[in-house]
Amino acid sequence: MNDLSQAPVRDTAYNFAYLDEQTKRMIRRALLKAVAIPGYQVPFGGREMPLPYGWGTGGMQLTAAILGDDDVLKVIDQGADDTTNAVSIRRFFARTAGVATTESTPDATVIQTRHRIPETPLHADQIMVYQVPIPEPLRFIEPSETETRTMHALNDYGVMHVKLYEDIATFGHIATAYAYPVMVDERYVMDPSPIPKFDNPKLDMSPALMLFGAGREKRLYAVPPYTKVTSLDFEDHPFEAQKWEECCAICGSRDSFLDELILDDAGTQSFVCSDTYYCAQRVSQQEQGQ
Amino acid sequence: MNQALKNQVSVSTEPLLRVRDLSLLYGLEKGCQDVSFDLYPGEVLGIVGESGSGKSTLLSLLSGRLPPQRGNIGYRDKQGQWLDLYSASEAERRTLLRTEWGFVEQNPRDGLRMGVSAGANIGERLMAQGVRNYQQLRGAGLDWLSQVEIDPQRIDDLPRTFSGGMQQRLQIARNLVSSPRLVFMDEPTGGLDVSVQARLLDLLRGLVRELDLAVVIVTHDLAVARLLADRLMVMRRSRVVETGLTDQILDDPQHPYSQLLVSSVLQP
Repeated sequence: MNDLSQAPVRDTAYNFAYLDEQTKRMIRRALLKAVAIPGYQVPFGGREMPLPYGWGTGGMQLTAAILGDDDVLKVIDQGADDTTNAVSIRRFFARTAGVATTESTPDATVIQTRHRIPETPLHADQIMVYQVPIPEPLRFIEPSETETRTMHALNDYGVMHVKLYEDIATFGHIATAYAYPVMVDERYVMDPSPIPKFDNPKLDMSPALMLFGAGREKRLYAVPPYTKVTSLDFEDHPFEAQKWEECCAICGSRDSFLDELILDDAGTQSFVCSDTYYCAQRVSQQEQGQ
Repeated sequence: MNQALKNQVSVSTEPLLRVRDLSLLYGLEKGCQDVSFDLYPGEVLGIVGESGSGKSTLLSLLSGRLPPQRGNIGYRDKQGQWLDLYSASEAERRTLLRTEWGFVEQNPRDGLRMGVSAGANIGERLMAQGVRNYQQLRGAGLDWLSQVEIDPQRIDDLPRTFSGGMQQRLQIARNLVSSPRLVFMDEPTGGLDVSVQARLLDLLRGLVRELDLAVVIVTHDLAVARLLADRLMVMRRSRVVETGLTDQILDDPQHPYSQLLVSSVLQP
């Protein structure tokens, strides 16, 4: 499972980590700006990547820009290390950068993710790279880009609560379950990419650096380590993460994010951890304990 | 009687809006030029004139949406401080527009958020002002729906399921919820049929008097002007040709154009 030992061979036909050095420099400059202004969306000259938009081009460009020789890369898709998207991106960087890859969360220095933050707590020398489809949290209510930029600049965020109001009016509670808007450092409203709201509390005061890249929209933004990140809510309808009555069918965890599986035509359900590394860890610990 | 007395009192105080030499020209006599007036708290000013005479341009200038080429607009805020509208920052202008001011568009579709429910439309200004209590927003929504004579049970319906007149009333509620002091209206009854117009006007007249609102209303309908406005400005070819009390202008117009305008109203 942990393939740290077998460092892959870099394909020298490509520049290190696929992108050319000027492009990586450009992205790094944008990243510095993003880190300096937490939650602010920085435009960057997004490049064509050898895969379609929506498959993680934004995250890959950021990963390419920050990757070094001695980095250890982990890629997850919906928490899983072994889905097509995760495997392909991991293989891509193993080939073009020759970096070591891993499925272990604590061993990784760079974690590119789609839709999840690992259950294992992150530590200070890790960087999370998120793949973002729509970076603009105000887009649902304001289609104009110039207008949303003005709204960010003037701290004009009243409309963000309109969405939450609509949820409560329709469903009786805030039903937004993913891409739940957050306020970063008490200044910028940010879309935390489509992570479930279960993961929102993990963003707050995280010791790891969080980078967000949107390839199609050509925007990137960041949450530096130990930054205050609060989820928007109402006084009488406070923010609440999802909870499950069931536990994971494999490892029995009661406090991880669970995926629902339908097992047969009768609708029999089963719940398993979405974070495959976390689940496997727990299972091996239980086996050792026996 | 009491109302008349109240108006007297408010008119005698300092003006709310002070406009001097306001000009914006798109071409020769296209746009508006050399407009000066004072608007007092609780006063309703009607701007009438033919199409293309610069009424809407003037309203855009006044409401801070379009910077003028010349002239200035002073606004006295709640604290009694004078604010020069176009030397103020955009942030200040926006704050003003969503707190102390309101703007009722001719077409309610421009003034409403059509994708969200009536209650959210009404609550938006309050949320922008920092109200974070759902029950309070809900209460304000129900209260204002009944004030503008919409069934409060329709609070969760989308505005596009409302009739034209209801949409217009919803737009008025959405603007008045933050208890503004000054409201701009661009032909609020245009595009509505006559009976709905009458109801809307009745409602508007009641709200304006009750809340002691200052209103600048643009209309080409002299009947609307007579019902709502205390004072009229007649515009023609980008200039104000005559100003005065509504009854005075409608019953005894002095300028030839005002005379033409008044005499051209169809009498059924």
